[in-house]
Amino acid sequence: MSDIKKFLYVNRKPPYGTIYALESLEVVLIGAAFEQDVSLAFLDDGVFQLTRGQNTDAIGVKNFSPTFRALGDYEVTKLYVERESLDERGLTEGDLQEITYEDEDDDWEEKPSIRVVSRAEMAEIMADQDVVLSF
Amino acid sequence: MSTLHTVNKSPFGNATLSSCLGHCLPGDAVLLIEDAVYGALDGSAMADQVKSRMGEVALYVLDGDLKARGIDAGKLVSGAKCVGYDGFVDLVTEHDRTQSWL
Repeated sequence: MSDIKKFLYVNRKPPYGTIYALESLEVVLIGAAFEQDVSLAFLDDGVFQLTRGQNTDAIGVKNFSPTFRALGDYEVTKLYVERESLDERGLTEGDLQEITYEDEDDDWEEKPSIRVVSRAEMAEIMADQDVVLSF
Repeated sequence: MSTLHTVNKSPFGNATLSSCLGHCLPGDAVLLIEDAVYGALDGSAMADQVKSRMGEVALYVLDGDLKARGIDAGKLVSGAKCVGYDGFVDLVTEHDRTQSWL
């Protein structure tokens, strides 16, 4: 078990203007196969990746936002969202899509994956990692 | 336990350095590379924010990127240290993790 490392994927870009957000999600899904302790951080414009109701029909690119809801099946269950970043953009947690996972240690109870944290808490989460990958 | 943060964007068109400074912890180091070296200029609109963290966070600037842009080290905020690529490697090894702010 000692070879399990803590990986944090840091997301600071909005979803469709660049390829960063989609690439991050791809790497998270690939990384999930390696059974590491994975967390995702959403701060600055990265919080826009999680808004509910995305519809990309008119811009000709894939709407990848539903994929976040599949992360729980890959045991990626910690999505930290920075409260200050939401506030600065006029968003609340209610503007984000609901993302849940089934907790195998708690009779498969459905639990929220999104955890809204303060900037100070986010700094501590970042400092607690073995590996930080930025997108 | 400490982190080396690297930043590569100019702070005058991008909030990345500002976000980095808002998330680094005492004992961490920030290394400015590529266009982020402009963030170490004293007297700039960014200088006060940079200086406000310098008591607890070490500030480094990649010398080659500074020279490429014609910026004299004397123009930097007091306490900023210039390092070469060898110093960059040393910083990576001296910290527990490296976080790139893109």
